[in-house]
Amino acid sequence: MENNLKFPTKPFRTKGGAKVPHRKNTAQCESVVLTDIPEVVIPMSQHIGAPCKVAVQKGDKVFVGTVVGDTDAFVSAPVHSSVSGEVKDIITMTLPNGVVTEAVVITSDGLFEKDPDLKPPVVESKEDFLKAVRASGLVGLGGAGFPAHVKLNVPKGKEIDTLLINCAECEPYITADHREVLENSWAVMSGIYAVKDILGVKRVIIGVEKNKPDAIKLLKEIADNEKADPDDVVRVLPLKSSYPQGAEKVLIKATTGRVVPAGGLPSDVGCVVMNVASVAFIADYLKTGMPLVRKRLTVDGSAIRNPRNVIVPIGTPVNRLIELCGGYKEECGKLLMGGPMMGIALFEDSAPILKQNNAILAFNVKDASTAKGGSCIRCGKCVDACPMNLVPCTIVRAAKNNQVDVLKEYNTMTCMECGCCTVVCPAQRYLVQSIRLGKAILREEAKKEKGAEVKK
Amino acid sequence: MKLFVSSSPHLRSKKTTTGVMLDVIIALMPALIMAVVYFGFKALLLALICVGTCVLTEYICRKVMKRQNTIADLSAAVTGLLLALNLPVDINPFIAVFGSVVAIVVVKQMFGGIGYNFVNPALAARVVLMVSFPTAMTSWTNTRFMEAVDGVSSATPLATGEGAYSYLDLFLGNIGGSMGEICTLAILLGGIYLVARRVISPIIPVVYLGTAAVMSLILGLDPLYQLMSGGIVLGAVFMATDYVTSPITKWGKVIFGVGLGILTMLIRTYSNLPEGVSFAILLMNILVPHIEKLTKPKSFGEAKKEKGEKV
Repeated sequence: MENNLKFPTKPFRTKGGAKVPHRKNTAQCESVVLTDIPEVVIPMSQHIGAPCKVAVQKGDKVFVGTVVGDTDAFVSAPVHSSVSGEVKDIITMTLPNGVVTEAVVITSDGLFEKDPDLKPPVVESKEDFLKAVRASGLVGLGGAGFPAHVKLNVPKGKEIDTLLINCAECEPYITADHREVLENSWAVMSGIYAVKDILGVKRVIIGVEKNKPDAIKLLKEIADNEKADPDDVVRVLPLKSSYPQGAEKVLIKATTGRVVPAGGLPSDVGCVVMNVASVAFIADYLKTGMPLVRKRLTVDGSAIRNPRNVIVPIGTPVNRLIELCGGYKEECGKLLMGGPMMGIALFEDSAPILKQNNAILAFNVKDASTAKGGSCIRCGKCVDACPMNLVPCTIVRAAKNNQVDVLKEYNTMTCMECGCCTVVCPAQRYLVQSIRLGKAILREEAKKEKGAEVKK
Repeated sequence: MKLFVSSSPHLRSKKTTTGVMLDVIIALMPALIMAVVYFGFKALLLALICVGTCVLTEYICRKVMKRQNTIADLSAAVTGLLLALNLPVDINPFIAVFGSVVAIVVVKQMFGGIGYNFVNPALAARVVLMVSFPTAMTSWTNTRFMEAVDGVSSATPLATGEGAYSYLDLFLGNIGGSMGEICTLAILLGGIYLVARRVISPIIPVVYLGTAAVMSLILGLDPLYQLMSGGIVLGAVFMATDYVTSPITKWGKVIFGVGLGILTMLIRTYSNLPEGVSFAILLMNILVPHIEKLTKPKSFGEAKKEKGEKV
């Protein structure tokens, strides 16, 4: 791998993708810090992995940064109170993605007093660093919510030579990462250096979509600055503005030319990918010791009166957030947590903001109406659009007919559910939705096979 | 507040099946206009008869089968128009109506309607008519710019043999043949429109025509004369690129095109049939599922198969 460690001057070719509108309406809106939140709801499961156990009791006094939930499990991340005040209740709730979990309801006293026990972590070794990252509660802020300390704890035997910073932000509407770069550029660079030293990589590439020229300019200035980047290991690579440029495997291909094997991880090809907001948070945390308690996100959509970027305490109910953005200007038909391509539709507007959340989008009834899927005309547009080079229409047919062998043959599990096939489908079919069904069938099948093996 | 909940993505492109079909109809307009120029308004009338019959038949079919009506997607109109352009202009209208009904009822709706037919409806109907009414289907009318040799009927450039028509006449369509297949220029204009609008990929037409040209050279024929005669350009641009009955994979399209070129030229040279395009396309249509299976694209990060490993 040594010989291809040069910095690419232009992105490597990636296949497929869909032309989606950018609608980055809030790119020039400086983030507003919102504090007028009377109550927050902090769910115990805001990450991939084991849910936390509640660590406080009803009536407890908590501060900003007080741990309210933790667990011994490795793949997990603690959750903290995002306000100071009193634990009002401990409830069981259903998250927008269908996960049922416990949650701590905290009444805010409006003072945002810091937990007196918080102090910057002392980092002398890699173990200290990973411990600190775990204690900070950081999860992948790009949307997946994978605990950061697990990602940074690269398994032995896997050599990492490249750190990729994901600043593609290819989802329409969302500008939170863009604003993070503009408003917090010091932390971005400082965080990159911290992570780079821990991983011991020789090369850091920041991938940014070309539709953020000001962010590219600023990042380049920092990366070319001898003081900020003394080892000259950080470079910025402007990427084509096309969805899904920010998907992990696509980003790795575009920036390094490497192909992550099916079912594999970025570490299999010597890469670690981190979201730009995640590295900036690490820098802030190392400096202040304040865990992940607030989040920068974009509030936009056709039904929002004042679209803007905000910084809110985690656990803020969506309806309170929208009130603080001027409320709805027309009847809201669909509320999304995340972008329109991969975001989750909320079933109630009282859902709390989660750690990995980067946008709340509210659409009017017209934009919310759903398409009526017709018959497949086999135009092949889904095949052209698939970044994973799959044949979506065939997989869909197999999923609907429960053909396990065909689902396997067509590598259904490789689908990352980006939704490109569905966006381009002229018959307005629900393709990726049916592929999800296919993946579920295969997971069931794998469980069955495993069960059969155990019996043997 | 009532919230719609659905699985992502929450966006759709504006392109619809109806839009695709409308693009095909627009692309067929130059050929239709040239037919009117060469044969007068009876060409337009024949097109209207076929389109009308196809749409009406589809409407009745869906009604009888108690299924959602699909005439609004314009696919039946496309079938009708394509069939009309594949007929001699002076054909008995009842034969045209019969062909339209065959296309919609037998080939399309009985297999489940749009997206499920395994051969191209217009072409299959044309072949049925060719077999059922061989004389009517090969009685060509002189274009209005041709010196009448024997009064009414003329011969196709394939029947006369090479050299009977000038390249210019062939290119502009001042020749005998089905009303939509004669003018190569008009068909190519339509093809360019379809490619520019990204409705079709140019792979199939280019490979098909290229293979046919090479085959002509091998068989000792004049490639230019062969390509501009008969229905090969119309077939390559509008019939072989029919979504439903052509492969969706890139290499599948290449194989499909090569197969078409070889079959067309072999039928033209060695069989008793006057033309090989229809049969070549129908034959290749039937092979599409197998071609697709052969050319399944390698997905992102898919491991190379070891030799001898079972799929």
